[in-house]
Amino acid sequence: MNMHRYEKIWLFLAASMLVIAVVYSGVQTFALGQGPPSGVGMIDPEKVEETAPFDNPGTFQISENEYEVVMILRAFSFEPNVIEIPAGATVHFKMTSTDVMHGFQVIGTNLNAMIMPGHIQEAKQTFKKPGEYLVVCNEYCGVGHQLMSMKIIVK
Amino acid sequence: MEAIEKQSSKISKLSGGNRLDSRLTLTYFSIAFVTLLIGGLLGLLQGLNRAGLLELPTNFNYYQVLTAHGILLVLVFSVLFVIAYFYSVLSHTMDGLFPVVRKMGWISLITMLVGVVLVITNVVMGNASVMYTFYPPMKASPWFYVGLFIVVAGIWIAAFGGFTQIAKWRKRHRGQHIPLLAFFAMGVFILLFFGSLGVTAEVLMLIPWAFGWTETINVMLSRTLFWSFGHTFVNIWYLTAVSLWYVVVPKVIGGRLFSDTLTRVVVILLVVSNIPGGFHHQIVDPGMSEGIKLTHALMSMVIGFPSLMTAFAMFFVFARVGKKKGAKGVFGWIKKMPWGDVRFLAPMIAMIFFIPGGAGGIAQNANQLNQVVHNSLWVVGHFHITVGVTAVLTFFGAMYWLIPYLSKRTLTPAMNKLGVIQTLIWTIGMVFMAGGMHTVGLLGAPRRTSYTTYGDSATAASWDPYLLLLAVGGVLLTIGLVLIVYIVFNLMFFAPKGTTEFPIAQGEDNASETPKWTERWSVWIIIMLFIVAFGYVFPLVDMIQNAPPGSPPFITW
Ligand SMILES: [Cu+2]
Repeated sequence: MNMHRYEKIWLFLAASMLVIAVVYSGVQTFALGQGPPSGVGMIDPEKVEETAPFDNPGTFQISENEYEVVMILRAFSFEPNVIEIPAGATVHFKMTSTDVMHGFQVIGTNLNAMIMPGHIQEAKQTFKKPGEYLVVCNEYCGVGHQLMSMKIIVK
Repeated sequence: MEAIEKQSSKISKLSGGNRLDSRLTLTYFSIAFVTLLIGGLLGLLQGLNRAGLLELPTNFNYYQVLTAHGILLVLVFSVLFVIAYFYSVLSHTMDGLFPVVRKMGWISLITMLVGVVLVITNVVMGNASVMYTFYPPMKASPWFYVGLFIVVAGIWIAAFGGFTQIAKWRKRHRGQHIPLLAFFAMGVFILLFFGSLGVTAEVLMLIPWAFGWTETINVMLSRTLFWSFGHTFVNIWYLTAVSLWYVVVPKVIGGRLFSDTLTRVVVILLVVSNIPGGFHHQIVDPGMSEGIKLTHALMSMVIGFPSLMTAFAMFFVFARVGKKKGAKGVFGWIKKMPWGDVRFLAPMIAMIFFIPGGAGGIAQNANQLNQVVHNSLWVVGHFHITVGVTAVLTFFGAMYWLIPYLSKRTLTPAMNKLGVIQTLIWTIGMVFMAGGMHTVGLLGAPRRTSYTTYGDSATAASWDPYLLLLAVGGVLLTIGLVLIVYIVFNLMFFAPKGTTEFPIAQGEDNASETPKWTERWSVWIIIMLFIVAFGYVFPLVDMIQNAPPGSPPFITW
């Protein structure tokens, strides 16, 4: 196949760009620990409320500047639906659904995850700026989907 | 090569091609554009609702409307269009469809319509407000899934009709390359068939579950099978549009093919690298390790490569034509293009929109960027410019010559002018709507959500001005929609009688011979299946073996 010289240059640049994008994703994920939410834990979706830690949803301090938030999503609410966190603390979220798929998106941050029945989703976030963060369900979950929201208050 | 040229030039004199084939494809196009009109009007209702301007009744609520809009446009309009277009391509470039293939075309159409009626009736009756993604464990009426299965069966019949046509033609033309546009058709029919295998497996699991014969469903497995098909469909529209860019647009502007070989290589690359591309819809899903996600990010990224080849090829063709017409400098060709010719203008704008569209696609493949926009209105904006402009405006552009060619009529200067107006209204409408969606999505506004203030949240209130752009865009698009439907039916039944050419660009005089290996479809299919296996076998086996207890059905609307 005959290729024009400009075309070879263009394709070299194109391929480099794609390779850089992938390498960058890899470095972010594995070297910097900023991978996407990828919890691999599992749970019986019909027994969420009686399975630890979801038998006791809420915010728990686990070390000086670290918190764990255990959360249940169901049509059309979050439990708990308000959480308070000191600014600068690292928060580990553990989430699952008791019914259909939901989304968990903290507006104004990169925190965005799918929550599925049967799976325990995990995500980590440090809230540096104090304020009130709106959290919405961003996966259609039924007739009350547009009402499904909660608040994270960072002090 | 020479033989093909001689043959296609002979056929292009026979405007309208085979009368029986034209009747088939015109019927497809008619139904496709009526579907577009209905689906588009439903889109307007959503835009108005989302902007807070219109309250929808409870018995025909936002989510029902959205489900119908998605299914009618994403599945019905696009599939009918793609099949009709490629059947007319096969008929034109291969001297008519074989009778058995024509029959398969009709059977496919009837089958798909039966399926669509079943699907849409269930949506309208409120038994299936589950979106076109129908993620379980949300459970629609079992008949909704049965309808989907019938639609897919119809698609398969059309795909096998395409395979039959090409196989029979090759038997009669030993040693010849199949015509370039038919080569695209082959690629598209392969993707239609293999790409829909995953979703068929999913639907076959959902049917007994929805009837209550099985108790639970593997949610993760269903979702993954869905996306193995979901993104392949995107690339089917794209490959269809690309066929018009490579083969038709150069002819319309008075140029030649970029390179027959390179074009075929682009088709092969798009076909083999396609199916695993859907995984990027699952970057923020649980249940999958980061390693698998990265492998798939890489596999999705590969699709960007043939797209960038296309970008180069197209601008090269423009520059070459411009130079021939006396253009100077790197961008001198811009002044030499026939901007007033809608057959050029529409696909050209489509291509320009592929620059931000393609870039947005690449962005979504990266983990962190995906997290920023996942399930926000940004994504909706992205596919409204990729599908709604890049693909659909190219499709519209083809209607100005393909419909008159099929109906043995002509495009008058007045109709061309109306076409230009339609194209501009459509473009401006999309700029408003998709632009608003991209912006407000970056601010966090979620997709697939009816109008809401989230309990008078100040954050949500800050989205309102942008959401108004959705309504403005929606109104403009509706005007564009009515115009295109008018134009299509006018060209079909009322335009002046005459002959219209099916524009197919020829290769350069000094073009090198296309190598024989491009025709080895069996090899490409095996490579494709190997790549699909590489992408999917491990995660699917893992999802089946390490599955959590399944989910019972829920009806939440
Ligand atoms: Cu929800």
